[in-house]
Amino acid sequence: MSPLSLLARLGRLALGALAAVGRVALFAISTFTHMLRPPYYPREFALSLLQIGWLSLPVVGLTAVFTGGALALQIYAGGARFNAEAVVPQIVAIGMVRELGPVLVGLMIAARVTSSIAAEIATMKVTEQIDALVTLSTNPMQYLVAPRVLAALITVPLLVGIGDVIGIAGGYAVAVHNLDFNAAAYLKNTVDFLEPLDVISSLVKGAFFGVIAATMGCYYGMQSGRGAQGVGSATKSSVEAAAVLILAANFILTGVFFSL
Amino acid sequence: MTQDQSPPPMIRMDGIHKAFGSNRVLRGMDLSISRGSSMVIIGGSGTGKSVALKSVLGLIKPDAGAIYVDGKPAGSGDRDAFLARFGMLFQGGALFDSLPVWKNVAFRLQRGALKRPADEARAIAIEKLRRVGLKSDVADRFPAELSGGMQKRVGLARAIAAEPEIIFFDEPTTGLDPIMSGVINDLIREIVVEMGATAMTITHDMSSVRAIADTVAMLHDGVIKWVGPVADLDQSGDPYLDQFIHGRAEGPIEAVR
Repeated sequence: MSPLSLLARLGRLALGALAAVGRVALFAISTFTHMLRPPYYPREFALSLLQIGWLSLPVVGLTAVFTGGALALQIYAGGARFNAEAVVPQIVAIGMVRELGPVLVGLMIAARVTSSIAAEIATMKVTEQIDALVTLSTNPMQYLVAPRVLAALITVPLLVGIGDVIGIAGGYAVAVHNLDFNAAAYLKNTVDFLEPLDVISSLVKGAFFGVIAATMGCYYGMQSGRGAQGVGSATKSSVEAAAVLILAANFILTGVFFSL
Repeated sequence: MTQDQSPPPMIRMDGIHKAFGSNRVLRGMDLSISRGSSMVIIGGSGTGKSVALKSVLGLIKPDAGAIYVDGKPAGSGDRDAFLARFGMLFQGGALFDSLPVWKNVAFRLQRGALKRPADEARAIAIEKLRRVGLKSDVADRFPAELSGGMQKRVGLARAIAAEPEIIFFDEPTTGLDPIMSGVINDLIREIVVEMGATAMTITHDMSSVRAIADTVAMLHDGVIKWVGPVADLDQSGDPYLDQFIHGRAEGPIEAVR
């Protein structure tokens, strides 16, 4: 391959990537404008709150409790190398609240909610239900997309908050029952060490991750190709995009909150 | 000087072109459907029948040409008011899986300009279900619990729920056995006549054509090859139409497209 054709190929790839970013950005802007103007669909919104928030609690809770417990064991074992076993409560708290809580909840939401939204909307697309909505004078952006993204914006920060608490509780349980930490001292160290900014950053990350997860599910669902393969491809792409964007957003938000 | 006092056709398509990539599906389609008549468009798979129908509704934007509904350009004015004039039966029913049957039928009656109280909307839905031959106990079932024929009937009930002036039927008998196809064809004919609606149907099914149509148009190579009354179908002398209605492999229409 000549240098010129290689350059042309790279250029096409770059243009394609930029066009994709542009399409997603326009979709996100359109979603937010549709959230603000009537008609509103309270039933769809309530169902989305249930699906995204309430029904995600078990998987979020289990992820957080096991991660908190494993974190306590790791910090204890690692800290023992330089006589720093006592920092387990502080590191579990900061690790869960600043990083692991929001990121793991975000990724679990990407796995559970993004895939579900993408598959549902893609199936509606290939079975002409989206066209049927339009012919029934109902805007799919307002009926399908806006309620889901708004529900994720509200519920995922709450899930992150709950995940943070359960993760710390997991670390506490392991530290107190397996590593002989004093229960009261563990709790005091946890509370004393956490700062308001830690909690705020966790919840703000949750809001961003929720919007990313729901928007990617809706976007890829609405863009789905035909047939079962189209639905499968939309679902796979939505989860991949949501997971990568959540991790990238986490890096940027961590920088904004703690390094600037 | 005399002026033409005849009303404009309910639907007029002038020189519609639509391509998907290099595939030029419609290549200057012209068609006129008069008010209160039942037009059936026939043609092979992939000849653009659904594209033509969806273009009228604005679900697909033509690359060129103009579409008029009741003498006004389609898509001009209030979109909701425009769409409220239409009902559509989709090929697969396109019922909303998450809603019970009655909410599917009453969907348009529960929101927007045509919104009614829930009790009234449910009563209308049950009446429309009865009109298409379904009992009221179907109302609270979900679409997935119904047979293909029942789903088509529910789709038909939804299409007529708001008593539209224009009804589109996209392959209304696809996937149904001959008896159920006959039932759906008869229902469509009865309902269209009873409501005085303008109907546009696309199908491959010649029994549907003869049961539903006042006028038949044949779409091939992106243009209307023949249009005329259903009574002239067998004496058209058009080689494309003859091949299609008799299902012959030999003729001007290539079997492999």
